[in-house]
Amino acid sequence: MFGRDEKVSQLRLTAVQYVLLGVFLVLAFGLWRLQVARSDYYSTLAEQNRIKQVPILAPRGKILDREGRIIVDNYPSFSVLLLRDQNRNLQADADKIAAGLHIPPDELRARLKRMAAVPGYQPLFLKDDITPDELAFIESHKAELPELDTITVHRRLYPRNGFMAHIIGYVGQVSEDMLTQPQWELYNPGDIVGMSGVEQYYNDILIGKNGSRQVLVNSRGKEVGTLSDVSAVPGKQLKLTIDLDLQIAAEEALEGKPGAIVAMDPRNGEILAMVSRPAFDPNEFAVRITRDEWNRLITDPGKPLLNKAIQAQLAPGSVFKVIMSTAGLQEGIAQNLVINCGGGKTFYGRFFKCWIASTHGSHGTVGISKAIYQSCDSYFYTLAEKLGISRIAKYATMLGLGQKSGIDLPQEVSGVMPSEEWKIKNFKQKWYAGETISVGIGQGAVATTPIQLARAVGAITSGGVLVRPHVAFPDQFPPGFKQVANYTDQVKIPLDQENWIIITDALANVVSPIGTAGSAHLPGIDFAGKTGSAQTISNQLKAKMGSSEKSKFKDNGWFVGVTPRRNPEIVVACLFEGGEHGALAARVAAKVIKAYVEKQRNSKTQVAKASGTAAGSQQAEVAAVWHEGDAKTPDKMQAGHFTVPTDGKTKPVTSAPGVGEADKPIPRADLETTESHVEMAHPETEPPAENQPTAPATTPEQQAPPAPPPTTKKPAAEPTIAPAAAVLPRSQS
Amino acid sequence: MLVLLICSLGVLEIYSATISTKFMGVHLKQVYWILGGVGLMFVVSFFNYQALLERVPLMYLISIASLIAVELFGKKYLGARRWVQLGSFHFQPSEWVKLVLILAMAKYFADTKSECTAQDIVKAGALVGVPMLMVLVQPDLGTALTYIPIAIMGLFLGGMKARHALVILVLGALLAPVGWHVLKPYQRDRLTSFMEPEADPQRHGYQVIQSLVAVGSGGILGKGTAHGSQTQGQFLPVPHTDFIFAAFAEEHGFLGAMGLLLLYFIVLMRLVQNAQTAPDRAGAFVVMGVVAVLAFHVLVNVGMVVGFMPVTGIPLPLMSYGGSSVLFMFLALGIVMNIRMRRFVN
Repeated sequence: MFGRDEKVSQLRLTAVQYVLLGVFLVLAFGLWRLQVARSDYYSTLAEQNRIKQVPILAPRGKILDREGRIIVDNYPSFSVLLLRDQNRNLQADADKIAAGLHIPPDELRARLKRMAAVPGYQPLFLKDDITPDELAFIESHKAELPELDTITVHRRLYPRNGFMAHIIGYVGQVSEDMLTQPQWELYNPGDIVGMSGVEQYYNDILIGKNGSRQVLVNSRGKEVGTLSDVSAVPGKQLKLTIDLDLQIAAEEALEGKPGAIVAMDPRNGEILAMVSRPAFDPNEFAVRITRDEWNRLITDPGKPLLNKAIQAQLAPGSVFKVIMSTAGLQEGIAQNLVINCGGGKTFYGRFFKCWIASTHGSHGTVGISKAIYQSCDSYFYTLAEKLGISRIAKYATMLGLGQKSGIDLPQEVSGVMPSEEWKIKNFKQKWYAGETISVGIGQGAVATTPIQLARAVGAITSGGVLVRPHVAFPDQFPPGFKQVANYTDQVKIPLDQENWIIITDALANVVSPIGTAGSAHLPGIDFAGKTGSAQTISNQLKAKMGSSEKSKFKDNGWFVGVTPRRNPEIVVACLFEGGEHGALAARVAAKVIKAYVEKQRNSKTQVAKASGTAAGSQQAEVAAVWHEGDAKTPDKMQAGHFTVPTDGKTKPVTSAPGVGEADKPIPRADLETTESHVEMAHPETEPPAENQPTAPATTPEQQAPPAPPPTTKKPAAEPTIAPAAAVLPRSQS
Repeated sequence: MLVLLICSLGVLEIYSATISTKFMGVHLKQVYWILGGVGLMFVVSFFNYQALLERVPLMYLISIASLIAVELFGKKYLGARRWVQLGSFHFQPSEWVKLVLILAMAKYFADTKSECTAQDIVKAGALVGVPMLMVLVQPDLGTALTYIPIAIMGLFLGGMKARHALVILVLGALLAPVGWHVLKPYQRDRLTSFMEPEADPQRHGYQVIQSLVAVGSGGILGKGTAHGSQTQGQFLPVPHTDFIFAAFAEEHGFLGAMGLLLLYFIVLMRLVQNAQTAPDRAGAFVVMGVVAVLAFHVLVNVGMVVGFMPVTGIPLPLMSYGGSSVLFMFLALGIVMNIRMRRFVN
């Protein structure tokens, strides 16, 4: 149906052929231009053609004590990065990587899967603080596994053996789950942030700003140039109010005892020392903590992760009587109240025992002063009955009980101060007058934290000035840091001078031979305080138990002490869990008070230091002028000349235990040599003795400063943090 | 035979380019596609192309419908809606529309006189223009552009007068600024980075530069199969699809690349020869439509790789990995074979 004459124009087809020829000639010319004429130029480019983006991690700020001594430092270590923008089949390489880096393959695969949604240009931190053989694995597999890279990380170096662990807290990686929460949304996975303690509370100050570097790498993985370089901004250092000398004394004093110590300057709220036992080692968190270790920490009955100084809410026992006395005297009741302690008293048809009943009968006739230093329960039952729960709660609340102290540490708890309103709100029940009686001796529903008691007793002995405790100096924050609270806030509690003198004098008698803690007496130191021992369960329940069970529910020992007795410079609260008697807690607190006073005298006079340097001399001649401490005779001074013994412990502490220069892990080159020694140290093939000193574990000890704090003298293998039940209080006394 | 030679070179390069990536193993898939394509080619070659031509109106409607279907139910991938899922595999209707357009143009011009009026130009333009606009909104600029040579070839062979061509050129020049505004930002970036790739080496210029470096560093003899550092180091983007020619040029050098170009040239010349001996006007048009598409692909793809053309997502026919593209080429070649077989009929 179509004739040949209707066919397309042959001329035009030929034209198409010529056009095509032209096109191909042009393309051929293009190829020639690139591949022949400028081949060398492009070959050079190809040589240089590998762009690698490497993050530069900013070191976190150091943490210092009030005198600028280092508490938390950094040390360099190597981390493995997985560069995921290389288009490699990571799942296929996973087994090889897992084997080389000693990561369970399943865990690695699971992580790769989870991270699939995160943009590929963000490198993934595979493993931190790698060992020399893992480093060697990466170096030797650069060609096969180009997606692996190492990076220098400034890792946290914390004091050893859990020293100050609870205040410092620890850092950890922002986990993949945390990223979905608003407070972490600005972070990238793998970023190191504070997870607890000061590290968490002041994370914004301590954290630096990471930089990044784009480098050109040639086809053999060698850097040949830098495209862009954004340097890292290191974190700011943070100065704490902690006094390392006092902290060391407190740590030693509480060694082996579960509980807590808070030492605070009641004039301004600066925390001088804070200990909680048992402790944990924050260095274990600095590198990814193992699941087993974590489970051990959270299931430990001693609750090592808990900062008991601010997180243990327990009955204050007799320490509460200081607050009762304040309420009683201010309300004009206690001055004229004199009772006869018959080993207990009957209220509302029920007999309430005085603790004295279990020893030798009764306190006899008791007024307010004796009631305090003898801790007479009968007296305070009576006072509580006369005051009523509302007035008790009013004073206790004024003194900071039942509310957070506002300390600059995370997860503080508020404790409980019961009242009629509190009972109705929480139990939908009326307050029974009988409940008031137990509250009078700090039992019943009253629950306080050590920091609350330190604050309250500090306020009373300071004449009624309630301060806000804090561990950082608010005036030293870097500009731009938003301060949440004003740490210099003070509240004035009404306390008449004569009442103040009655209470403080009675507190001084507590640590005298007539008081409940005569054994804690410190000669030559104006020491005052109040003991407490608080039941953890009721007596009736305890009576039904066997002796083994009974030991689990021993009374908690409390002591809150100050020096000097009026307008004190320091208040120390000590909780000795299962310590049974306040007197034992008082001896612990006395050690801290003594350390404080000795340090003050030492730094003021330099006498002890001068004598200590004379070889063998353990005595120093001292001239002194002193005041008896009796407020009624402020002008009566005494003077004398003494020869006092010194303990020769005079070398100053320069850093927290475990973070001195000599304590830092040895750099990579040394580690590689030590590693081989460790392998040689096989039982059968004992290496020559001269090789031994290079083993990393012993080096810090041998190069430690001349007079290290006593905690460092212990062999590294023996953990200072004893499990909760390891040392029972009896063996101490 | 030549076609299969090109295909096997393609398979080799896909293998080489994907050897160390997550796409490893796709060269086998490509072999299956090619085998399927060859089978299809022989099947199609036994159908009378004239019968096909008679069903063109229906096929045209189906292709419009399939493009609408893409817009409505299509799978979004890399920001564009180009695929529909049929059972377990994805299908890209815009490829098959190409074939329908070739047939449609052939049908249209076969029925007209050798003189081509302005009316014819407008009608033919609309025939191609409608599906082209639909592909443009997917957005798939590259595929849409491949429809243009079909129209041009049809018009040129249909006897378009020089002054008509001039008018279209002028109109096109006037419309160009409008077109610029219609383009998506990334498409604009591709065009500007083509002009000055150095201006933005990390982002839009990246592909162009990496491609130039790959080709240039290949030198005369090339770096050898699976030894191209640009290809193996994953600097070259998508080395098994759009940039397969760059990968090939890097690993086999100037000689290899020239040989490959020569193969394409011979294939095209053979096709034109088929058009010359075609039994009727429609047959010649179909063959030349295929020539137009194939030549355009080669020109744009290789041009892009050597830096003469902006980056568009146009694959190199017969070499680039991709089922739709392979099937299209073999389908088209099947029809050409049919036309060739019937050159002595009639």
